[in-house]
Amino acid sequence: MNEPIEKMTPEISAFIEEWKSKPGNLIMVLHQVQQTYGYIPRNIAIEISERLSVPLAKIYGVVTFYNFFKLEKAGKYKIQVCLGTACYIRGGDDLLKALEKELGIGLNSTTPDGLFSIEAVRCLGCCGLAPVIVVNGNVHGRLTSKDVPAIIEQYRKQG
Amino acid sequence: MAIESHVLICGGSACSSSGSNNITAEFKKELEAAGLAGKVEVLQTGCLGFCEQGPIVKIMPQGTFYVHVKLEDVKEIVSEHLVKGRVVGRLCYDPAQAKDPHAEANIPFYKKQFRIVLRNCGVINPEKIEDYIARDGYKALEKVLFEMTPEQVVEEMKKSGLRGRGGAGFPTGVKWESAAKQPKGQKYMICNADEGDPGAYMDRATLEGDPHSVLEAMVIGGYAVGADKGYIYIRAEYPLAIERLQIAIGQAREAGLLGDDILGSGFNFDIELRFGAGAFVCGEGTALQHSIEGKRGMPRPKPPNSVVAGLWARPTVINNVETLATIPVIINKGADWFTKIGTPDTPGTKVFALTGKVNNSGLIEVPMGTTLREIIFDIGGGIRGGHKFKAAQTGGPSGGMIPEQFLDLPIDFGSLAKIDSIMGSGGLIVMDETDCVVDIAKFYLDFTVEESCGKCAPCRIGGRKLLNYLTKISEGRGTLQDLENMERISKAMCKASLCGLGQSAANPVLSMLKYFKDEVVEHVVDKKCRAGKCSKLIQYKIDPAKCKGCTMCARKCPAGAISGALKNPHVIDTTKCVKCGACEATCKFGAISHG
Repeated sequence: MNEPIEKMTPEISAFIEEWKSKPGNLIMVLHQVQQTYGYIPRNIAIEISERLSVPLAKIYGVVTFYNFFKLEKAGKYKIQVCLGTACYIRGGDDLLKALEKELGIGLNSTTPDGLFSIEAVRCLGCCGLAPVIVVNGNVHGRLTSKDVPAIIEQYRKQG
Repeated sequence: MAIESHVLICGGSACSSSGSNNITAEFKKELEAAGLAGKVEVLQTGCLGFCEQGPIVKIMPQGTFYVHVKLEDVKEIVSEHLVKGRVVGRLCYDPAQAKDPHAEANIPFYKKQFRIVLRNCGVINPEKIEDYIARDGYKALEKVLFEMTPEQVVEEMKKSGLRGRGGAGFPTGVKWESAAKQPKGQKYMICNADEGDPGAYMDRATLEGDPHSVLEAMVIGGYAVGADKGYIYIRAEYPLAIERLQIAIGQAREAGLLGDDILGSGFNFDIELRFGAGAFVCGEGTALQHSIEGKRGMPRPKPPNSVVAGLWARPTVINNVETLATIPVIINKGADWFTKIGTPDTPGTKVFALTGKVNNSGLIEVPMGTTLREIIFDIGGGIRGGHKFKAAQTGGPSGGMIPEQFLDLPIDFGSLAKIDSIMGSGGLIVMDETDCVVDIAKFYLDFTVEESCGKCAPCRIGGRKLLNYLTKISEGRGTLQDLENMERISKAMCKASLCGLGQSAANPVLSMLKYFKDEVVEHVVDKKCRAGKCSKLIQYKIDPAKCKGCTMCARKCPAGAISGALKNPHVIDTTKCVKCGACEATCKFGAISHG
């Protein structure tokens, strides 16, 4: 498999230096990487392993333990479907089904054109708007499955 | 020019998501245009609580309460209300209240609430330390540092009877005392802001609306137990709360309220943020500590308790956000004042995130001992869409479903434990008769199975087994023996799991079996789901009187389950039906129904 090679940004490099000597730094560094690339690229993880003197296996262990860290790159538009309890009982799973149907992909996968990916999250803390989906940080609330195609179309147009 | 009015715009998560940031900008623009910029101040506050009605705008000092405010409404509020002093009736929560400017106090949603934790939420600008100080902020810290010894602080906390609001209800004063008694040396204060219960957002709202109250309490705690370092462990999913905390920490350091030699007292204390990464189990104390240490967040057996050997094996106190936010008020007003609120079992108030099938979703704070009926029907405005109340779930995936017969029970830690639920962190989900108890239990088990760290067998295997049984029942394949097995497994999980997650994971199942057994047995014996949620148990029927024999449904059916001649009533072969619902959606004559 061809793995994408990402370039270490100066910001991350500086962040690693700043946190190097602080105890418990690994998760904070991984957050920075996740935020920058949208996932944890393998080559970056190898570099972190060397610079923090943490075995790569341990980094893998931490990355796979926490839902927040991803090993694969998300789509250009990252769709998060809230399946917290409030959204679930107001029809969050129907939204998920509608999205899967609209995009022709399943949960935790990306469309072949790299435009959309779907993931499920547990509660975004805006239960008053239930059910909600979030597209790249933009919240769409009080939805029914009928609203889904129009939302997707809106992002598809932007390309 | 003196400020005459304030425009408070809710900047909580739900209102921000529905555009309150743009509304704030629009207000500033319109006020500028109307020449009122120096007379009216615009503030974006923390959560005002009434999330169902957001975005919310409140005009002070009158307290006029505008709901569902849209960008295009701003101009009218400015020109009518702020320039001419005329309330915009159509935007008021209850248009009849437009004549009464002191509207908020009359809204039933607020009437029965009593705010300690949320005292500043929606009142102050959370990004200004001056606003917090103006409302007695950091006064408690000053009192503690200069008028009280650490022992007196611990004593006051014990006297207040404050119980930890994170879920288990352990007395805070006792916890502080144990940590204070440990030999001198490095100790830690941790604020647990890893609010993982799906459907709960009390801590998020507190941190976004009043971050300084938590910082102040942590310093007080540090002084009482002899710690000089604090960590706030917060979910990375809460970017706004993180930002507000970072601003607050910066301001507190600047003002000499954090760092070395606080207020010249010689006491040192500093706080750092650490981010969670989406693991529910990290709300458990020992797992949380492992996560701060940069490891996989897995719990460990106790003893030793965290107060003896916690973070990096040093004595550590972990307090929840809501617990901490209560502490400055207890110090200021005294333990005697505090014990008069709530019940003898649990003094004080509780913040709930009231959600689900209730008319007024939102964030509420009530004295302990308030009944569920008051919360759901008076504050919550009853069940949505005229449906019937079925159950309320407290404590999220760790709690139980509370049936109608307990609606009048005054709730506190003790009373909820007696009816097989828990207080939990404050999620309160209301369900109506269209919700199926098997489906809900399955939803929660699905959650706990996914979030189980896998370290101990009762939780790892037991949870999976329960989920399998529930799936079987929801698909009509369950047996009565399964119900007995579920009960046995549940009890074993409660007794033998390593941490709170596993010990409480079976609660939804146990309460389902205890209070809603009829409905479960119906799934097993009659193969029927009365709520119509378990799709495998749904039966589709064609009403021969309405069917025109147009053949549309037969052509749409992916399983070839529908047969019949043209212009003659069709029938569904239920053994072939895959319950996709395509026929019902296609029928133009309303002849197809399910039940």
